[in-house]
Amino acid sequence: MTSVTTNAAARRHGAWRRNQRRLAPLMFVAPGALMFLVYVVAPIFRSMSISFYDWDGMGAMKWIGFGNYVELWSDPAFLESLENNLIWLVLYMLAVPAGLFIAIFLNQSVRGIRIYKSLFFFPFVISQVVVGLIFTWFYAPDFGLLFKLSQMLTGHGIAILADERYATYGIIAAGLWPQIAYVMILYLTGLNNVAPDQVEAARLDGAKGWKMLWYVIIPQLRPATFIAVVVTVIGALRSFDLVSIMTQGGPYGSTRVLSYYMYEQALSEYGYRMGYGAAIAVVLFFIMMVFISGFIWKMYRDETER
Amino acid sequence: MVQSTRAAALALAVATMTGMAAHAGDLTIFTDTSDPAPKQAFQTLIDDFQKANPDVHVKWTVFDHEGYKTTIRNFLTADAPDLANWYAGNRMAPFVKAGQFMDVSDVWDQNGLKTQLKSALPSMTIDGKQWGVPYTYYQWGIYYNKDVFKKFGVDIPKTWDDFIAACAKFKAGGVDCTTTGTKAFWPAGGWFDYMDLRTNGYQFHMDLTNGKIAWTDPRVKKVFDEWAKLVKPGYLTANSAAIDWQDALPNLVQGKAATYLMGNFAVAPLKAAGMTDDTLGFFPFPEITPGIGRAEDAPTDTMHIPAKAKNPTDAKKFLAFLASADEQTKINDILGQLPVNNQSKVGSDPFLQQGFTMLSTADGLAQFFDRDAPAEMAKIGMEGFQEFMAHPDRVDEILKRLEAARKRIYQQG
Repeated sequence: MTSVTTNAAARRHGAWRRNQRRLAPLMFVAPGALMFLVYVVAPIFRSMSISFYDWDGMGAMKWIGFGNYVELWSDPAFLESLENNLIWLVLYMLAVPAGLFIAIFLNQSVRGIRIYKSLFFFPFVISQVVVGLIFTWFYAPDFGLLFKLSQMLTGHGIAILADERYATYGIIAAGLWPQIAYVMILYLTGLNNVAPDQVEAARLDGAKGWKMLWYVIIPQLRPATFIAVVVTVIGALRSFDLVSIMTQGGPYGSTRVLSYYMYEQALSEYGYRMGYGAAIAVVLFFIMMVFISGFIWKMYRDETER
Repeated sequence: MVQSTRAAALALAVATMTGMAAHAGDLTIFTDTSDPAPKQAFQTLIDDFQKANPDVHVKWTVFDHEGYKTTIRNFLTADAPDLANWYAGNRMAPFVKAGQFMDVSDVWDQNGLKTQLKSALPSMTIDGKQWGVPYTYYQWGIYYNKDVFKKFGVDIPKTWDDFIAACAKFKAGGVDCTTTGTKAFWPAGGWFDYMDLRTNGYQFHMDLTNGKIAWTDPRVKKVFDEWAKLVKPGYLTANSAAIDWQDALPNLVQGKAATYLMGNFAVAPLKAAGMTDDTLGFFPFPEITPGIGRAEDAPTDTMHIPAKAKNPTDAKKFLAFLASADEQTKINDILGQLPVNNQSKVGSDPFLQQGFTMLSTADGLAQFFDRDAPAEMAKIGMEGFQEFMAHPDRVDEILKRLEAARKRIYQQG
């Protein structure tokens, strides 16, 4: 009994020796990969399978094939959420130039510049929920600062969040506040790495102002720009907290985005449609996949070029 | 070999111990009573039950009120307690239909509850069986600022025309006739309930919320025509869609608005903000269609035994205890609400007394739009009402949308 075990162990030992170089990296990756598989990949496939059922989350599941997806295309609330997601995506991109502008503005050596930098970074540090509340009060009818201001100027107060024409833009403005700060910090670190000799050389050649920025500085900021675009796109697509805090999807559903609509259908107080919610999640997943695979492809290309 | 025997013995010992810990004398209770008054009421109730049943060991967990609405689904299917609180009417239907609540008709039969809790019997019955026990309810109606009424020389309106006429006076004086905040949608549901109950009566309202009547029916349109008399001239606080119901309270307190259609739970914060019995008044929603039976909204809170409860015997004992006249008197005194048991005593608070008289003489009691209609219809409906209160001219568009939703939602059931 004992000798058999020892032999087997020895043979295994030999096999380990021979394949060590191949196996070691796999073993290092294994814990992370396992977690990723259990908590990310498996739920994705589970959501996809649930999206083919009519299910209230408790009772029996009824197979309805593509029924949920067919319904989505004739569901005005879904189409409106999709449209809002697109508006988010486009307007959220403003965070990139705005962040760059502030970063360049702050990238100078003045007394106490660190304090200014941290003040500008402040909105990113506070929670999205707090940002949402602050802006809700800012917009609030009757006592909100913006309402009072517009009342003073035009004699007629505008309640941003009560008007379906402005509400989505109001929420995006709230979202941009911390997002700009985030992009700014990315660019500030990027600006630290700008080669001073190149700037010097450009200056000797007579470049300044916009030309300096466009042809010398920005090309060197490409890695920072890439990350800034990635986090902004993902931030725009997963916007949920602000919608939930500021309007709960209202007025009358006009500020819903896909992630919030999914929550509403599947998980909220009145939501008992797991299958339908899962279908929305799948659609959102594929939209995200378009961007994410684009980013991954670009990263892969950059790495292989080197 | 010796080791494995020892391990087995240990495992057995552990199993016996945990088995003993989960002995039949344990009673697990989950509630959403995170606010001070409900928490205290349940503390009293559980203490009393413990005194009466010293052999039962109660384990009570309090959840956050809002979070509970979603966690209940998880714990009912995964790790069920022996008792959980919830709401009556269609609000409990998803759990009953999914087989997550236990049939407790025997508790009703053995304790004579069908006579004592008579008013709540219909809203606790699905498929001819009872699925829980109600312990409290409260009235809805119009709370008003007495000073504002005096200042404008307005009497309590008895009919809808009186009410609208009063609104015109308030509006001329720069005061909102009625205030509300519909950000969380349900206050708009309250408005629709009353407009429909007063225009078409109780049976029609129940048929509508149960999907038997089309939203494009001319009788439904009539409800919105009446409602438009309030909304179109701007008698309602502006931008109410962006306001929480609590944020609309100051309007009434400061006299910027004359009335507020709300549930009786609004009295406590209104009094905390400085209103007294001399400045705050209450009257039932005025009559719209003459001669129609007066029905009221009276949402009922209930307790249920999950189907997966480990100790249903003691849980049923607890339900019977909760249903008793004395216990309901006691906890509703703390809650500041009305006992469901008709042999209980009602607190001396004038609003409770008024509410009790109003409800006990009513021709029908509705639960509330989001408890009478199924969850999905409730959501789409209240969103439509919120839109109507901002854009009354879109009524046809809204009703068409609700009708499409009705066709889809009720055929599933």
